[in-house]
Amino acid sequence: MNWHDLSLTDLSKALRDKVVSSVELSQYFLDRISQHQHLNAFLDVQQERTLSQAQQADLLISKGQAGHLTGIPIAHKDVFVTQHWKSTAASKMLENYISPYDARVVERLGLTGAGMVCLGKTNMDEFAMGSSNENSAFGPALNPWNKQYVSGGSSGGSAVAVAAGLTPMATGTDTGGSIRQPASFCGVTGIKPTYGSVSRYGMIAYASSLDQAGPMGKSAKDCGLILNEIAGHDTRDSTSLNQASPAYLSLVGKNWSDDDTLPLKGLKIGVPAEFFADGLQAEVRASIESALKHFESLGAICIPVTLPKTMLSIPVYYVLAPAEASSNLSRYDGVRYGYRAKDYKDLSQMYERSRSEGFGSEVKRRILIGTYVLSQGYYDAYYLQAQKIRRIIAQDFQTAFSSCDVLMGPVAPNVAWKVGEKSTDPVEMYLEDIYTLSTNLAGLPAMSIPCGVSQSGLPIGLQMIGNYFSEPKMIQIADHFQNTTNWHLLKPQALEQAGGGKV
Amino acid sequence: MNTEEIKQLAKLSSLELDPEETQKISQELKTILTLVNQLQAVSTTGIEPLFHPIALIAELNQPLRPDEVTESNQRTENMASAPAAHKGLYLVPKVIE
Repeated sequence: MNWHDLSLTDLSKALRDKVVSSVELSQYFLDRISQHQHLNAFLDVQQERTLSQAQQADLLISKGQAGHLTGIPIAHKDVFVTQHWKSTAASKMLENYISPYDARVVERLGLTGAGMVCLGKTNMDEFAMGSSNENSAFGPALNPWNKQYVSGGSSGGSAVAVAAGLTPMATGTDTGGSIRQPASFCGVTGIKPTYGSVSRYGMIAYASSLDQAGPMGKSAKDCGLILNEIAGHDTRDSTSLNQASPAYLSLVGKNWSDDDTLPLKGLKIGVPAEFFADGLQAEVRASIESALKHFESLGAICIPVTLPKTMLSIPVYYVLAPAEASSNLSRYDGVRYGYRAKDYKDLSQMYERSRSEGFGSEVKRRILIGTYVLSQGYYDAYYLQAQKIRRIIAQDFQTAFSSCDVLMGPVAPNVAWKVGEKSTDPVEMYLEDIYTLSTNLAGLPAMSIPCGVSQSGLPIGLQMIGNYFSEPKMIQIADHFQNTTNWHLLKPQALEQAGGGKV
Repeated sequence: MNTEEIKQLAKLSSLELDPEETQKISQELKTILTLVNQLQAVSTTGIEPLFHPIALIAELNQPLRPDEVTESNQRTENMASAPAAHKGLYLVPKVIE
């Protein structure tokens, strides 16, 4: 049985019907992880821990105390602190760190919550800073569609693990595109929810006003099932929204309007001109346009809209995120936890050497930039100015949403690039984040859905951006797309045989 | 940005950079600053900064809780990852002579 092809709902049924036990299922995925070690998707796997959790899940199932997801394995991005597994954020700084507590996301999905079984911790860019997973201190996770190509980042390991069938589902975090871009590069579905929906408690902090956790899986429906578990108020995160979460799957299967001739009749899709400007690769453009045509065939109407400050989201983000990072990462001092240098003459040199040896070069660059833009004399020109433009960017989205229900465009201007190809010039890499940064600045929900494959055999992702709290609608729309196409079902191994996308 | 400025910035950031790294980072920061200098061309007169997206989503208020002990003593667990500890204390180089 190819358990890695099954949806969460089918896995749930198989577990409850006793077709398979959680121990068997977990062992199956642990074996796949071990057979695909060359992809470098996982940073820590603890077989016995996983199997012991699976045994407990089986007990719950046998006692009839199982929830919908009980016994299904899941992998966590290494940015979520997890008891018993290492929590390194892919940094030498935290190479041996083991957390005394679980992140809220881990806790909610684990045995005391939804009952899922932890398969291990997935690779990422160090402290979630990067767009290719090449900034991991433990080597990049490789794209399963072609191992010479990057997986995207920063949640690269999670995307690879799902795409290669090493886990049915994974968690990720998105500060500037870190769920959507690797999802796009690896051909999986990923959702960055509205800011404040999911608690950041136990998420190793990068840029707190932008960081948001979300699911990465095989379909929008699977992602919605996970959101139902992880969203919700948490007093341990001061920016966690104190309001009831929506039922994320409440609209799945329903038509957009009462007119039942077409499932998405009347849906207004805003198409931002700036997302199709120069710099968008022709193949990516063609795939996105054909996806939009498919939505039209389902009854949707495409409306041209404009997000005039899109280009500025790059400089705004690369001021604000480093500023927040320089503050957040000041906690790594080699005293309470983390790496400590071997040689130093006094306390300040111990701090400096520990940090210099423990952090990788991109992390150091961002700390320095952040310190610079926050320093006296530059604060107004950079930090404050960026926060003002951030408001304009957020307002532009609201103007766009006055004429449409959702926005659609590419996730990234290109498909995955070759490992090493862009790692010499940091700015060249930053420019790849053009379509994803603005939603984080505004706090909006956005997702990536597979919508094509390039000539070179690499996946292409469609981005859907919704207004605040519109995730149930986004999942409804994406589900209609996935019910009528099979891009999300294409698998790396079967690529040669697979033809077009539509069924 | 010259070498002296980079050194000062590194000091503020508690980072130690060797001469070669300083040279490399100086070049990289120059490219990054050219990118972020695009911000200067935008007119933002009368626009309030948006420090946090939450301000657009919900009422921004600092949540408070009663000042009560909620955590049990987990000294051993919390110190387990310390690079140098002794009898429940973190060890650091001598600070006061």
